[in-house]
Amino acid sequence: MTDTPSSADDVRGAAGRAVSSERGPQTGQRATTAAEGSAGAGVVTRPGEKDGYLSPYHYDVDYPRGVPTFGLAPEAGLPAQTLAELREIAGRYPQPQSGLLPMLHLVQSVEGCVTRNGIEACAEILGLSTAEVTAVATFYTMYKRHPVGEYHVGVCTNTLCAIMGGDAILERLEKHLEIGNDETTEDGAITLEHIECNAACDYAPVMTVNWEFIDNQTPDSAVQLVEDLRAGREVQSSRGARICTWRQAERVLAGFPDDRADEGPAAGPASLVGLELARQRHWTAPPIEASAEPPPMARSDAVAGVEESDTSRAESETKMQAAAGGKQDALFGDRDGDDNSDEESGS
Amino acid sequence: MTDTLTPVLTDNWDQERAWTLAAYEERDGYQALRKALTMPQDDIIAMVKDSGLRGRGGAGFLTGMKWSFIPQGDGKPHYLVVNADESEPGTCKDIPLMMASPHTLIEGAIISSYAIRATHAFIYVRGEVLHVVRRLQKAVAEAYLAGHLGSNIHGSGYDLELVVHAGAGAYICGEETALLDSLEGLRGQPRLRPPFPAIAGLYACPTVINNVESIASVPCIVANGAEWFASMGTEKSKGMGIFSLSGHVTQPGQYEAPLGITLRELLDLAGGVRVGHELKFWTPGGSSTPILTAEHLDVPLDFESVSDAGSMLGTRALQIFDETTCVVRAVLRWTEFYKHESCGKCTPCREGTWWMALVLQRLENGLGTEEDLESLVDQCDNILGRAFCALGDGATSPVTSSIQYFRDEYLEHLRLHRCPFDPAAATLFDSPESVGAKP
Repeated sequence: MTDTPSSADDVRGAAGRAVSSERGPQTGQRATTAAEGSAGAGVVTRPGEKDGYLSPYHYDVDYPRGVPTFGLAPEAGLPAQTLAELREIAGRYPQPQSGLLPMLHLVQSVEGCVTRNGIEACAEILGLSTAEVTAVATFYTMYKRHPVGEYHVGVCTNTLCAIMGGDAILERLEKHLEIGNDETTEDGAITLEHIECNAACDYAPVMTVNWEFIDNQTPDSAVQLVEDLRAGREVQSSRGARICTWRQAERVLAGFPDDRADEGPAAGPASLVGLELARQRHWTAPPIEASAEPPPMARSDAVAGVEESDTSRAESETKMQAAAGGKQDALFGDRDGDDNSDEESGS
Repeated sequence: MTDTLTPVLTDNWDQERAWTLAAYEERDGYQALRKALTMPQDDIIAMVKDSGLRGRGGAGFLTGMKWSFIPQGDGKPHYLVVNADESEPGTCKDIPLMMASPHTLIEGAIISSYAIRATHAFIYVRGEVLHVVRRLQKAVAEAYLAGHLGSNIHGSGYDLELVVHAGAGAYICGEETALLDSLEGLRGQPRLRPPFPAIAGLYACPTVINNVESIASVPCIVANGAEWFASMGTEKSKGMGIFSLSGHVTQPGQYEAPLGITLRELLDLAGGVRVGHELKFWTPGGSSTPILTAEHLDVPLDFESVSDAGSMLGTRALQIFDETTCVVRAVLRWTEFYKHESCGKCTPCREGTWWMALVLQRLENGLGTEEDLESLVDQCDNILGRAFCALGDGATSPVTSSIQYFRDEYLEHLRLHRCPFDPAAATLFDSPESVGAKP
C-alpha cells in the first residue's frame, strides 16, 4: 500500500476527460471563471468587491453577490415579492425549515444561482444560521454557486447513456461550445453539465434542457439543439413543454407553477411499447370477479360534478366512517420483522 | 393463466390527455378512494397486506406490513411520504407514470394516508424532471378542487393536505431516512436506525415512506380486491410490476407484466438484443444489483429467484449491454457515480468509493496490475455491510459481480495495456467520435 498514493496520482493524470471534468476540488476556480464569463449577463458586482470579498462562513465557497447590498440589511438585496414568496414556501409545511429546498430553488430563479443574499434571506426567515443554510446549499447538485446561463444543458453520462453515446455527445458539445463541464458560454446562453441518470434510460442517449427531456440524441442533434437555443428559436421537449429559461424552471420547482403542464403528450413512444403490444395481442390484467366488485357508486361526470355527487352521499359515508373510527387497534410496531426497507435507495 | 403482459398502472397512458382529472375519472378514477373512505382503516391495511404487494422501490418489503407498524392512537401526527426520487441508474418507471397519470399516484396517496391515519402527505419528487413536477402540481390542484383533498374529503370527515416537494439533485435522497432529513430542510444524509421511520420518521413522528409504484398500486388493489392482485405473479412475489428495458435492445421501453416473467420473454417482446449483436451482461434492477449474464436469461424476475441467482430484483430496471460494451468501462462509470453521490457521512462509503474509482480507472486504462483486482475485491469487502446505508453496499455490486463473470476481460486490459473495446461501436449511432478508452 505504500506506493498507492503516487500510483493514484498517476491514474489521475492518465485518466483523461473523466477526471478533468470532475466537479470536486476545482469548483472554486470554475466559479470564478464562470462568474467573470457571464458578468455581462445580468450579474451586478461592485468594483473591487471581488478582491475584497471574503466569505465569513465557508472558506472555499465563493458565493457571488447577485445583487449588491451596499451595507444594507441582507433582505434589501432580494425583491420584496421574493421575500414574501420565500415565507409563503415555508408556510406550506408543518415545520418551516422543510421549505428550504424549494426556497433555494426560488433564490436561484431570482438571482441566477445561490447567492449570499439568498442564503442570508433563507436563514433569516427560517431562524437558521447562514452556515446551516450553506451546508444544505452545498450538498445538492442542482444548486449552483455561480451564475447559470439562460439554458442549462445536461448530457447524461451515467453508464447506460454514456455507452449508448452520451460520452460522444458531451465531447462534441464541449468542442462545439468551447467550454468544459459546469461552464457557461461567453454569451451567457448555455451552461453545460454532464448529469447523472435522469430516469429516462429507455430514451438513451438522453439530454436535458432546464431539466426537460430531450430524448434519443446524437452528437449532431445535440449541436443543432444548442444552436437553436442560442439563436432564440423555440425548442420543444421530446415529451414535455416548450423550453422555458432555467430561471423560470427553477421557479416552477420552487412550487410556483407556470401554465405549461398541459403541453406535450401523456407519454413518449418508448413508454408505450409494452402497452401497444398488449393491445395488439389482447393481453390484459385478469378480469375482476363480479363478486369482488361492490356496486359502483355514483361517479361524477367531470370535475364540475364532483361536489354535487359528494353531498348526496356525504351523510351515509360519514355514518360509516364514524363506525369505522371506533375500532382502531393500538397497533405498535412489531420490530421482529426487520424493516429492511432502508434498501429502497433505488428510486 | 394470466397474460404475458398485464397493463394496469400503464393501462391509461395512451389515453388522450391522460394526466388530467377528467380523463382519469372517465376511467373510474377516484372510485377506489370513494370505496376506501367507506371502509375501516385497518381493513384497508389488511387488504394491502393480503394482496402481497411488496415495495416496488427495490427492497421488496411488504407494503401492508410497513403500514401496520405505524402506532395508532398515539396522539402524534402521522405522515405519508411518497418516494418519487427515482434516480437509481437504469430505473425509469416512476417518471413516466407520474408524467402520464399523476392522479393514479395521488389517489393511491390519499387512500394510503387515510389507512395510516395521516393528515399530511408529501410527494418528494426529484428536481431534475421539470415536466413531471408540473403535472404533479396541476393534478394536486385539480384534486383539491374536486374535493379529493383538503378538509372533510367527500363528507367523510377525513382531512388530508398533500404537498408536492421538489428535491435538488442527490441520489442519496432515495434512501428513505436521507429523504426524511432532506424533507426537513437538511443535507440528505441517512439516519441511524432504530428508531425506524414508522416510529420516529418525519419530525420524529410515525411516517410511512413508499415508492411511487407501490402507492400507485394501492387504488387497483382497493378497487379490485386483494385476491385479484395476488392472482398475478408468483407465490411470494405477487402482482404486476413495470419492467423497464433499456440499452442495446431493439425496442426499449416499459413493459408491465406479472412478477416472475423472464428476461428471455421480455427480450422476445422487445424484438431482441440490438440487431446483429448478442447479450453480454445486464442488470436486473438497476446498477446496485449485481450484473447477470446470458446464462441467467431464464431466471424468473421475482424477488426470490433473482436473489437465488446472486442478484436482486431491485426496481426491475433491465439495462441490456451487448458484446461491444467494455464491462470495465461500465463498472468504472457506475463507481464514479457512487463516488459522486456518496453523502460522506460514513468512512467505508466515502473513502471506499473514491479509491475504487481510482483503481478502476487505472485498470480501464490498462495501467493496473493483477493485484488491483484483489485490491478491489478487498475494498468491496470493507464496504459491504460496513457502510451506513445501502448506497455503499450497492456500490460494491457492479464491481464484485463483474470480476466474478468477466475477470478475463479485466486481465485483457492489463495484457494489452489499453481497453480492447472501441466505444464508438457501442453507441446507438454511427459516430466518428472515439471516446472513453484512451490508449
